[in-house]
Amino acid sequence: MTKYDVIIIGAGPAGIAAAIFAARGTLSVLVIDESAPAGGTVKNTHLVANYPGFPEPISGLDLTKRMFKQAKSFGAKFELAAEITDYNFKDELKWIEIDDDEKFESENIIIATGISPRRLNLPGEQEFKGSGIHYCATCDGDFYSGKDIAVIGAGDTAMEESLLLLKHVNSITFIHHGFHNLRAEKCTVDQVMDHGNVTMIWSHESQKFERDGDKLVIIAENLDTKEIVRIKRDALFIFVGMKPNSEWLKNSGVNINERGYIPTDKNCITNLKNVYAIGDIRVKKFNQITTATADGTIAALEIIQKKSCSL
Amino acid sequence: MQKYLQSSLDEVQTKSEVENLINTNDKAIICCGRNGPMCLPVYGAFEVLKEKEKYSDIKFAVMPFDVPGASIIRELPESRLFMGLPFTIYYKNGKVVGATSSIQNVKSIKATINECFS
Repeated sequence: MTKYDVIIIGAGPAGIAAAIFAARGTLSVLVIDESAPAGGTVKNTHLVANYPGFPEPISGLDLTKRMFKQAKSFGAKFELAAEITDYNFKDELKWIEIDDDEKFESENIIIATGISPRRLNLPGEQEFKGSGIHYCATCDGDFYSGKDIAVIGAGDTAMEESLLLLKHVNSITFIHHGFHNLRAEKCTVDQVMDHGNVTMIWSHESQKFERDGDKLVIIAENLDTKEIVRIKRDALFIFVGMKPNSEWLKNSGVNINERGYIPTDKNCITNLKNVYAIGDIRVKKFNQITTATADGTIAALEIIQKKSCSL
Repeated sequence: MQKYLQSSLDEVQTKSEVENLINTNDKAIICCGRNGPMCLPVYGAFEVLKEKEKYSDIKFAVMPFDVPGASIIRELPESRLFMGLPFTIYYKNGKVVGATSSIQNVKSIKATINECFS
């Protein structure tokens, strides 16, 4: 079992910032992430225009590549595309097992697992993913040029993605469980609704998805009449917000609030000794790349300070 | 040769390169996509798996979705209903033994590898 001064779980901007500060502070650092390349959700951001030091917008992938390179230059080790198969955070010496194979131990754990796009988890969703059910307009929108599609989602992302979809598709039908109101910014909603080929089906909650020949069938309940309807379209795009990646922590002893986020003190310390939470997984008001890297900085400096005091 | 995809994996661009790759490797995986958020994580996962001893007998490659040669993947019967990038095709002894569409996490990629190649 290899021992590190700190193990960081999550290789987004928060985790990488913590790795940069901790490694530069001469701590041995391991960063584990279930995906690759490093970069968290930011690597999927088309352009980042508000990160200090970059007067010209930079792609999220390029920005996080630079962060990754910087952390590696200070000696941080990375285990990417690694699945956490077991762990213990409750004891003084904590450990993590990856891929049912390698084990690593440390007295300090930093949780930086962030957030990811929410799924509806309805019957048929997984089965038709990539062949009728989609989550990215940029990636899959052009497969449906001239086609009639449905969208589930009413927030800003749903509206922005729909604007992209409208460049390709013939029509969009929004299926919404709400009653004649959308959460998204009014100006974006207006841009979408100004298209003549957009319709709304209000007060309908999707229940499952089926295929009928080349068409996808959305089976939904009319919440007013309780009638079950079958809405047949060429595809469905789902944009229903983000969820915290905290399910794996449910038996960890780390406190998680009712929405799945981790409460911490101002130094990013959780209820467990020497276990920190940083970035979007942490309860806080503003989620930005800058606030994520600030969290990473604080947690790393806190660990460095504790270690130097204990010497 | 100009590379189109943001991946350190070998990039094939023509039908003959695909045929050569699958005929000279008992186990091969070709991930056919673009540089979007659904594709990059799959390339990234393959880049990491490629370095692992357990998967050292598998040839991992990427292919740009928009090159003419990609019709060898786009027109496979296994990809007939695929509408989500990337299209990932698993070949054993030159034959298609598995195919997935859209983003896959590492856990599901490993499960597909085990299913196709064990």
